[in-house]
Formats: sequence, C-alpha cells, structure tokens
Amino acid sequence: MEILSHALELRGVNKRFGNVYANKAVDLKVLQGSIHGIVGENGAGKSTLMNGITGFQPFDSGEILIKGTKVNFNTTEDSIAVGIGMVHQHFMLVESLSVLENVILGSEGGAFLNEGLQTARSGISRLIKDYGLDVPLDAKVADLGVGIQQRVEILKTLYRGAELLILDEPTAVLTPSEVEALFKFLNNLREQGKTVLFVTHKLKEIMAVTDRVTVMKQGEVVLNVATALTSPEQLAETMVGRPVLLDIKRGSTKRGDICLRAQGLKVFDCNGVPRLNGVSLDLYAGEIVGIAGVASNGQSELIEVLAGLIVPNQGVIECKETSTDKWIDITALKNGALGRRKLGIAHVPEDRLKLGVVPSMSAEDNIRLGSQFTVTGSKFFTSTKVIARECEDLMQQWDVRPLASKLSLDSFSGGNQQKMVLGREINSNPRILIIGQPTRGVDIGAIEAIHKRLIELRDSGVAILLISVELDEILTLSDRILVMNSGLVIGEVSSDKATERGLGLMMAGIVTEETTGEL
Amino acid sequence: MILSYYTLIILLLAGTIRVATPLVLATYAGLFSERSGVVALGLEGMMLGAAFASAASSAIYGSAWIGLLIGVSTSVLIAGLLSFVCVFKQGNQVVAAIAINLTIAGLAPTLALAWFDLGNQTPSLVNPGQRFLELSLPWSSSARLHPFPGLLYSELISGHSFIVYLAATLVPLSAFILYKTRFGLRIRAVGENPYAVDTAGISVKKIRTQAVLISGVLCGVAGTYLATAAGAGFIPDMTAGKGYLALAALIFGNWRPYRALGACLLFACTDSIATRLQGVSLPMLGVIPVQFIIALPYILTVVLLAGFVARSNPPKAIGIPYDK
Amino acid sequence: MSNIKSSLYLRLEPIVLPLVNLGIALIISSLIICLIGESPQKAIEIIWKGSFGSGEGLGYTLFYSTNYIFTGLAVALAYHAGLFNIGCEGQAYVGGLGVSLVGLYLGGLPVWCVIVLGIFAGALFGAAWAAIPAYLQARKGSHIVITTIMFNFIGSALMTWFLVSVLIKPGQQAPESRAFSTHAFLPSLKGLFALLGINTGESPVNLALVIALIIAALIWILLWKTRFGYELRVSGTSQSAARYAGISPESYMFKAMLISGALAGCLGLNELMGSQHRLTLDFPAGAGFIGIAVALMGRNNPVGICFSALLFGALVQGGGELAFEMPHVSHSLVIVIQGLVILFCGALEQLLKKPLRKVFLTHV
Repeated sequence: MEILSHALELRGVNKRFGNVYANKAVDLKVLQGSIHGIVGENGAGKSTLMNGITGFQPFDSGEILIKGTKVNFNTTEDSIAVGIGMVHQHFMLVESLSVLENVILGSEGGAFLNEGLQTARSGISRLIKDYGLDVPLDAKVADLGVGIQQRVEILKTLYRGAELLILDEPTAVLTPSEVEALFKFLNNLREQGKTVLFVTHKLKEIMAVTDRVTVMKQGEVVLNVATALTSPEQLAETMVGRPVLLDIKRGSTKRGDICLRAQGLKVFDCNGVPRLNGVSLDLYAGEIVGIAGVASNGQSELIEVLAGLIVPNQGVIECKETSTDKWIDITALKNGALGRRKLGIAHVPEDRLKLGVVPSMSAEDNIRLGSQFTVTGSKFFTSTKVIARECEDLMQQWDVRPLASKLSLDSFSGGNQQKMVLGREINSNPRILIIGQPTRGVDIGAIEAIHKRLIELRDSGVAILLISVELDEILTLSDRILVMNSGLVIGEVSSDKATERGLGLMMAGIVTEETTGEL
Repeated sequence: MILSYYTLIILLLAGTIRVATPLVLATYAGLFSERSGVVALGLEGMMLGAAFASAASSAIYGSAWIGLLIGVSTSVLIAGLLSFVCVFKQGNQVVAAIAINLTIAGLAPTLALAWFDLGNQTPSLVNPGQRFLELSLPWSSSARLHPFPGLLYSELISGHSFIVYLAATLVPLSAFILYKTRFGLRIRAVGENPYAVDTAGISVKKIRTQAVLISGVLCGVAGTYLATAAGAGFIPDMTAGKGYLALAALIFGNWRPYRALGACLLFACTDSIATRLQGVSLPMLGVIPVQFIIALPYILTVVLLAGFVARSNPPKAIGIPYDK
Repeated sequence: MSNIKSSLYLRLEPIVLPLVNLGIALIISSLIICLIGESPQKAIEIIWKGSFGSGEGLGYTLFYSTNYIFTGLAVALAYHAGLFNIGCEGQAYVGGLGVSLVGLYLGGLPVWCVIVLGIFAGALFGAAWAAIPAYLQARKGSHIVITTIMFNFIGSALMTWFLVSVLIKPGQQAPESRAFSTHAFLPSLKGLFALLGINTGESPVNLALVIALIIAALIWILLWKTRFGYELRVSGTSQSAARYAGISPESYMFKAMLISGALAGCLGLNELMGSQHRLTLDFPAGAGFIGIAVALMGRNNPVGICFSALLFGALVQGGGELAFEMPHVSHSLVIVIQGLVILFCGALEQLLKKPLRKVFLTHV
C-alpha cells in the first residue's frame, strides 16, 4: 500500500474559530489518480478543510503533505504552485470578463496581455480537446449558463497545472444531464492520472463516482472507507446519527382543525433551477409536523415562502382566519411578514443572527422585533419601563443568563439568544409557529428547555412546523414527519412508525417500503 | 462670416481643451481607483494638495519642473494615506475621503500663510520658468496666416502647455494599461470580484494600493496644472469641486475610459460655452442663467444615476472593504 | 476586582473612544502648529479664552454651536437609517430659501406666527432638497453619497441664481436679499444670559439655540421612545431582520432622508432669522461638513451631538480669535482639526479599540 503515493495527506490538522473547532485532528489520505469523496452535513467542517488545503484560510496546526513532501500553505498562491486547484461552490469568476480572461487571471504569461492571450488560447484549446470541456473562449461569463460557468472554473484549475482538483458541491446547480457530463469528465481526469477531491452531501453521487469516501461530522473524521465496501445506508447513519440524549415525554396528541394549507409550492432561483419543486402540506392545530432532510434540499425556501419572506413562483398558501373561519390566500401578500403576524403566524428563523435578531442591539430591543405594534399600549410611543419589564419576565421564564435586558444580544450565548427568540415568538400568542433549526448552536441544557416548551405549545393547541437537520430532534418532537429531498417531499411517516434508519435513507433520496413503513 | 464662426469654434475648442485637461487627468485617476474597487472621493484632496505643493516649490526653487515633481509626490503621499486607511485598515472609504479632503483643504492655506505670509496663498509665479506656459509647436506662426488648416494647427493643436500634451498621451496610455496589460486585467478583476482574484493567488491589497497610488500620480499632474499652468500660484479651494466633477464624469462615462473622456470634454465644453453665452439671449429660450450651465454636468450625472439614460454599471465590489 | 474594572470600562467605552480619537486629532493639530513655528500651548490658551473666556466669546460659541446641532442631528438621523447624508450643506442652503421667503414676504403676520412658519418652511425646503436623492436611493439603489454631493453643487448654483437674479436687493452689487421684516428677526438671548450674569455683548446668539435644543430632545425621543424610531434603527442596522419583522427598509430610508433634510434646513433659522436678517451667499459656510464631524464624534446620539457641537462651536470661535492674535495661523486651521476629527472618529475609529481594550480589560 505504501508503493502508491498519496497525492494529498493531512495529519492532525486543526482549525479553530473562537472557541469552536471547525476542524479537529483531521487525518486524510488521498490516493494519487483516484476520485475521493468527502461527505458530511452542513457545518461538518468540509468547507473549512478545503479552505485550509487551498491556503485560503490556513490551518492552525497539523501537517500537509503533497506526494510525500511536507508543505506549508500560507496563501492561495502556495497551493496553486504545488498543483492544487479548486472549483468553488460559489464560482470565483469575474462576470464582466471573458472566459479567456478569467482562465488566465493569475497566470497571464507576461506583463502585456496580447501575447499572453495568444499562448493561452492555444493552450486552452488543447485542454478543451483533451478533456472534452467545450466553452466559448470569448464570451462574457455573465452571459453563460451555470453549467458552462462551472466548466470555466474547471478549465482555470487545469490551465494552471492542477494535479489535484477539489470540487466543492459541484452538482448543486446542475441539471441531471449536466451532472452526467460532469461525472464523465471526472472519470476522464482519473484516466489521465489526476486526483479529484469531491466534496458533497449527496450520497448517490458518492456511490456513483468515487473510489474512496471520508465522512466528516462536527469537525472530525468519523469514517474512511472504500466506496465499494460501503452503502448509502451506512453513510447516512454515520453522517446524521447522534445519540439521543434526552428522554422527553412527547405524549400523544389530539389533532385539531386544519389551519394552514399549502399546495404545489415552487420556487426557482436566479438561474431557473427549482429549489422547491412542488410541495404541498397541511398544518393542524395541536400537532407538530417535522420536516427532516439534509440541508439545501428546499427546506429553507419552504420556510421563507410559508413565513412570507419570499413569494413562490407557483403554488398557493391559505390560512384560516380565526374570527371569521374563512380561508385567506396569503401567497402573495404585500409585506408578507407583517401580514403573517397579524394572522397569528409566528416564525423562528433558521438564520438567527441574520434574520431573527439584530445582534448589535440590546435584548430589550430584540424582544420587540416583529411585535413592535403590540408590545406597548400607545401606537406611537414606546415605554422603556414596560419593555424592560417584559424582557425581564421573558428572561426569567426561560432562564436566560445573565438577566441583563440592556446587554447587547451578541453578548449572549447562542442558546440564550435562541431562547429569547422563541420566547418572543411564543409570547405573541401564535396559532401557527414555523420554526427552523431550533437548537442550532444551542447547548444541551437549553435544548431540553426548548424541546419541553415546544411540546407544551403543541398541547395548548398551536400548530407547529418544525424543520431540522438533526434527526433525533425530529424524532423526539414530531407527531408527523415529512422528509424532503431535492425540493420535494418524498415521504411522509407518522412518528410511531418512523425509524432513524428509515428516515436516514429517505434523506439520502432512497424510498422503499421499509422506509415509509405504511406503504 | 463663416470665417468668424470658424474662428469662434476653434477658439472654443481650444478653451475646452484647456479646461478639460485637469478634469481628464482627475477622471482617469478616478478610473483606476474605482475600477479596483476603491471609491474615488479623495480626488479633490489629492489635486488640491498637489496644487499647493507644486505652487510652493515652484515659487521657492524657481522651476515648474520641480513643482511638478513635488506636486506629484505630495499627491501620491495623500493617496498612500488613503489606501492605508481604506485598504489596510478597512475604514469606511467615503468617510476617509471626505476627512482627507477637508484636512488638505485646511492644511494648504494654513501652511501657505505660515510659510509665505501672503494671505492664504502662495507667491505669484511671475518668472516664465516657474510655470508651464503655452508651447508653440514649429511653424505655428506661419500657419496662422492660412485660416483653414493653419488656424486649426496654430490655435488648437499648438499653443498648449506641456501638461496638456502630457495628458493627451496619458489618456491612451491609461486605456492601454487598463485593457492590454496584466496589471490592468487584475485591476478590473479585483473591482468586480476580489474573491476570484484572491483565490487565483493574487494579493487584493497590493493591487488596490497600486491602483490608488496611480490615481495619486494622475491627480498630482492635474493639481500641478491648475497651479502652474492654468493659474499662477495656489489660492485656497482652487480646485473648486473639480474632483467631484471628475467623479461625475467617470460615472457619466460608465467607468469606461473613452466614454469618460467624452464626458469630460462635454462638461468642459459646456463650461466654455457658458462663458460665451453669458447674458446672450437665445432664440426661444431667452437668456439661460449661467448658473444653470454650471449645474448642468451635475444634473446630467444625477439623471444618469437615476437610470434614465442608460444602465449605470459600477464595478460590483466598489466601496466594500475586502475582508475574508 | 478586575471584573469590575472590565465592566466599568465597557460601560464607559462609548465615551472614552471618541475622546481618545479627539485627542489624537488634537495632538496631530498641535504638531502642525509646531510645524508652523508657533506654540501649541499658547494656541490652545487663545482658543479657550476666545471661546469661553468672555461673555461675548461664549455667545459666539453658542451661536455657532446652534448651526452644528442642526446639521449634526441631520447627519446622525440619516446614519441611524443606514445612510450617509453628505448633502446637508445643500439642504441647509435651500432650506434657507424657505426661511427667507417667509422672512421677506410673510413678515406682516404676528411674530410667533412668523417664527413657526419659518421653522416649517426651512424644514420643508430642506426636506424637498433631500427628497430626490432619497427617492433614487430607495427605489433605484443610486448611491446616496454621490447624489447628495451632486445636489450640493446643484443647490449652490440654484441659490446663486435666486440671489443674483430674483431676490437681490435692487441697486446693490453684493449678492444678498433685502432685509427681512422685523417680525422675522429671532429675538436675541442676550437678556436671558444677562439674568444668569453673563454679558453676551454683540454676539448673535438667539432663540434658535433654544429651538435647536428642543429639536435635539425631540429627535432623541423619536429615535428611542417611538415605534417609528425603533423601526428606523432596525432597518438601518439589519435590512434582513427588518424585513423579517415586517419593516420596509426602503420606506424608512426615504423617510429618514426627508427628516434629515428638514433638520439641515433649519440652519437658516439661526443664521438668517437669528443673525444676518437677510439671505446671503453661501451662508451655511461649511456647516454641513462640520455636521459630519459633530455626528461622528457625538456617536450619532443627540446628547453627544450637543456636546460635540459645543466643542466645534468653540473651535470655530476660538479659531477666529487665534487667527486674529497669531497672524501666522490661518483661520483654516480649524478646518484641519475638523478633517482630522472625521478621520479618527469616523474612518479609523476602530483603530484604537483593540489596544485600549487590551489595556483596560483583563481578557480581550
């Protein structure tokens, strides 16, 4: 085994951001001339690892070896010099420049462009022929489709002599036929003796194209195996499995009336790729519906549409008004977020720091966010005393520490922040609560408190839509579970029939009798 | 009749070139800075600083050439300060530029008074060597005798200060650098997507600093022109907003070199015409207030920014400090 | 023990940082004074004596400060909505047109009526001058900094035309209007200060100071005690959180700029109705830019702004005395200090945050 050299080897690399280890003691061995997959959920540390390998954000400690020789990467130039090339998930292209100009950026071949462009043109034409990567050299990148843009990214790395190509979530923006073309290209690369690092969270692709796969979870490597010797099930289990720490008694529920109806929701992104591809669901009072799935399968868009932050391209959302018992179409309300709140729909966002709070403002100020109208009596004036008292009440209720309502929100821990956001939304007496990643960045103690509160809320008759990438959280809290994959709900299971394994498979896109139980 | 109109137009165009020269230099300074992603609000301060420094040193050493050297050096120093604050310390680019403009606007008269004791100005540059006076190209005096091609040569092409000819060469040179050199490609790239440049192994800070320093050089020449060619010494606030007008021309030219040049000539032309039209009654429009013509370049720029004329296409990453 | 020191420093930091930044600006200014060959110590003495040493000096200081309270509030309010309003100079100038029209043509009404109308007109005209840049930023995303700079120049040309062609006092060369009706003369505060035992002499400190302070208090209430102010601050701090909460950032951008222009437009009350009693050329005299320095130093808080405005009023008044007593020192020195304050309190304000924290906090 030692005869075959490793194109890349990592020994015990670490990267810290503040107190959090994004990469912890990572060991990795990538064989020369192979396609090596790196798989893991969002936040598993894949991007940080790649940033370290390319020198964009160097590791804190550990060793990097290229073909057996130790190297030190302080800048991107260092990694490019030893033959590492990266195709980023969000393309590093200058849209206003031509394909040719983008490819030569950084290795222009001389101070004057004319001669550089000439030599580049012939060099790139050869590459295009060798690898079958057809691109129009003089077209402006902004005018090209996403699939072709990616080919430009790839050409960039090859032109600079990359021997080890890293592809970060390359299929996220491709159509199925483009994915096929990409895989053909990767096999081509392998035949030419190049090495490929393929970073993704899509298990089917790992099985389809890689030789070996490494699973990362919470910054560490948890599995390193030849692809032929594993299966999507094993990978799914390793990726998402976490010991169920809490024993929350969920109890049975008496489902009430239907209060929200969504049909055929579709959302397209700016490139026309469907992020949400026709999702329908119903919410009932007194029931927790959990949406499971690996991140970026449409859950975020679903929340945004239901919470009124974006308007869907297709589909209808209707909400039942309590006073009149009439169905109101809320699909395209002007100022959707405000309209939702008036109807009693509350929202705890996935991205707490960007949407849910204003980190630089005080806790008091944040308690009001979303309920500016209702917090204090008068329409125009706000009373600091009343707000301070409400804030302190909330903090006491939820055991937020320190009990300092004037402290700016970024001084509180993630768990305390989340408790305040939840408390705020619950205090608005909603009939429907949409909540995304309720315990992301939250410590154990706070998780238990939050879970208990959500069940209490359900018991009081609120309809809750819970979206989480944490499978055990879904299993603990949900009465009914929907699994999303590629913008669709591919399976629905009632909680008593759901198993971790079954859900894991569905999350990987595999639907069988076993997974859905009832089918 | 035709002759007098012809003469008028020639003289008007010649005047336009003289007015346009500092404007063009400043606009191209802004071009380099903004295309690299750094807001070019500091042109005013750089020009003013150069005007003062060149006037002062020309007065002291008796040579306009020394004035040019010191003027450009001063402007480059100011540019260096601006790039330190904006590129290295990632300070707010707008605030930094306004701060530096104000500081220079106050510092120049203060030093002038302290060093020369002539009210807030520098000594008048009376000796011919202290200024960049008009140069007569060969045969211009004989060419003047033949109106049609001759006047064109003697008044329009010949008879300008050295800096005007310098500016005329800097224009195509700048366009060449921006579009035909490696450095220019990197400048254009870093103003649109600094991440792309960084991941390609190029230092974003280095490129931006170099671009800002180049803008310092160009503003230095512009300021020197104002004090030693167009004028005869430094007077407080002598740039009179030309730095902002240059920015307007740059925006009006959609950040492209030759369009920006066109904008400068347009603005300068309206200025020339304004002086001629003062008090003159035009058919159907009556007397156009001179203030309106003065304001015209700024009005046009706002109209462009409002998206009425064409789509405004600033460099995508402009004004955003690059922080990984 | 050290924890108390840390938390105390954190509470005082909002005051300590600006003062330190001011200190650096003053140190550099002193170096420049040395460069000119004068003594900084003597200069500071003269500035102090000129601005606070006499009743009349104090009066002038307060008069200038009034201007800067208006423009400082204008910049600060726009800032809270996330916008940088550099157009205060133009907005103040055009606001002065409104004030002047009341002073020239509505002088027949009772005094209190004229004053109220003057406030209203100044605010209205100032807001109107900010309206187009505001709209373009909110709806088209046109950069407010560039448009307001352009409008400064356009405003200057417009007002020059008004003064020279329309409002000029017939038969005179100087570009100024005829005098306002006496009902439009804002009463001097000389009497009030006399009650406090201060003789403000010939200084033009007038009722506008009181109006400015009242408006400062109102703005404070608006920003921190009303729902409007809360939504404005949220939309200026985090547009995404604002939308989440049902707030439209574009709407608040527009409204904030209007209020900002209105505040700047009130400058005419002090300068025109309170002192010059006629419309003059370029009467804002840079107050719009000093407003930026005042707002930055005052950390965009009305209380801080009043203190910074006082400081800058003192600098301007003292600077005038300095130029008088030290003929070698130009009046422009004050502009240098202004620029340095903006540099250190604005662009480089974070420069010293970390080093100071290292000194005063037990852990960084």
